[in-house]
Amino acid sequence: MGTHVQIPLRRIVITGVGAISPFGQGVESLLTGIRDGRSAVVDLSAEWSNKIPALTCLVGAPLPEPLDPKQIERKFRRSMGPTAMMAALAAREAFNQAGLEGETLASGRVGVSFASTTGSTASLEQSFLHYFQKNFTESLGSSAFFQIMSHTCAANLAHFFGIRGRVVSPDSACASAAQAIGLGFEAIRYGLQDAMLCGGADELHAVVTGCFDLVHASSCRYNDHPDRTPRPFDAGRDGTVCGEGAGALVLESEASARARGARILAEVAGFDTVADGGHLAQPLSDSITRCLHNALDNAGVLPEGIGYVNAHGTGTVLGDAAESQAVVDVFGPQRVAMSSLKGHIGHTLGASAALETIVSLDMLTHGYLAPTRNLTEVAADCVGPDHVTTLRYQRFDAFVKNCFAFGGINTVLVVKRYEDA
Amino acid sequence: MLEQEDADRVKRVLMEEFELEEDVLRPQASLYTDMGLDSLDSVDLVVALEREFKFKVVRAVDEERIRAIRTLEDLYGFIETKRREAQANPGA
Repeated sequence: MGTHVQIPLRRIVITGVGAISPFGQGVESLLTGIRDGRSAVVDLSAEWSNKIPALTCLVGAPLPEPLDPKQIERKFRRSMGPTAMMAALAAREAFNQAGLEGETLASGRVGVSFASTTGSTASLEQSFLHYFQKNFTESLGSSAFFQIMSHTCAANLAHFFGIRGRVVSPDSACASAAQAIGLGFEAIRYGLQDAMLCGGADELHAVVTGCFDLVHASSCRYNDHPDRTPRPFDAGRDGTVCGEGAGALVLESEASARARGARILAEVAGFDTVADGGHLAQPLSDSITRCLHNALDNAGVLPEGIGYVNAHGTGTVLGDAAESQAVVDVFGPQRVAMSSLKGHIGHTLGASAALETIVSLDMLTHGYLAPTRNLTEVAADCVGPDHVTTLRYQRFDAFVKNCFAFGGINTVLVVKRYEDA
Repeated sequence: MLEQEDADRVKRVLMEEFELEEDVLRPQASLYTDMGLDSLDSVDLVVALEREFKFKVVRAVDEERIRAIRTLEDLYGFIETKRREAQANPGA
């Protein structure tokens, strides 16, 4: 006889969302920008050419205006770089919607799973300026490290809200938010926590776009027409465009949400993350396929139960082709509607999976499919999925959120309409 | 005793660096309980005062002195001491 104990799995629901995006502060501005089909990509050549003269991508999707830092009390703000500050403001919106506060957050039954690519590139730049001027420890503020450390979002959020449960920071570049949501989902599913503040954030900086430049993954042919790039799945795509922001989701056990009488937005049904184990920068469709199958199995949902795929779709030549192939392998040709939101808001990196899940939730709730902006001619190597190129009014009951990252990290979330058992 | 003009400079540093209102900056006010500063803030305060008054804090010498500072008046005294030392030993 073994001693194996079967732990009953709990259902996980979303009860709050918050966003800081290239369309501005708040979920509503993000949704409005997407519904209106606008582009948040702008010309940044004046600022960036000075910083990195050799930079080829001179467009990006920054916040439309700087955040007012006074929204966060100095005591909390001093340890936050722009990334953590965006995370805090998005999280506050999410908690407000969820109605979670005070003693509940401090109960130890609420945790944080929040990540970013780096702590803060701007703060890192400042620190190295001091370092190269050889006055690092003399003139740099005491909180520089707290702004730069890789778990700056998770740690600052716990401090800001007085959260005393588990605090984890699965920093995995562009998959940061997806892994964070996934780990939060698992923590609740296995009864370790009752609610988790999940999401991701990242800030835009010339150095960040420069890193994409280095591997020829950034868009460089549309500097004179920022609103025409990135072009996910399009024949004319030439790379991605970096953006910035933060997306926050409150995940909660169904029992906790119902006991509080919270409004349930949707159910997170499944999650998986796998590694390519083959290449750090070259996506493998087989690996994405495996991740999709695993996540659907984990959710107990068949491929035909999925009505929409919110693609990673960054607009890179290799990535979009691999993702299209994987989606066809799993769902069949022309069987599932798919679009990427990066034509609207660029690639918000560590925030992307959270922001794009929030928009997908809106589509699920209101029965529409946002198109892939800038997709005018589907590339030969991206043919297969039912690409959404114009706004559709179409009800569906479940969607898949794909998210991949440098390092060969693949991540898939399965979200469905919430229904009582 | 620190001159009024210099005391005002200290207050300005406190207001700018820590977003404090002027009415809290009484000589007897505690940096910690009244102004809400903490150990990290005291590090940043020293850096800001070094910049403002162009003196150099030497950890080995000044750490105990800084730790003893409780009130704004104590802080004035510390700055006066640093200034006196600098005048007595201008090359340091």
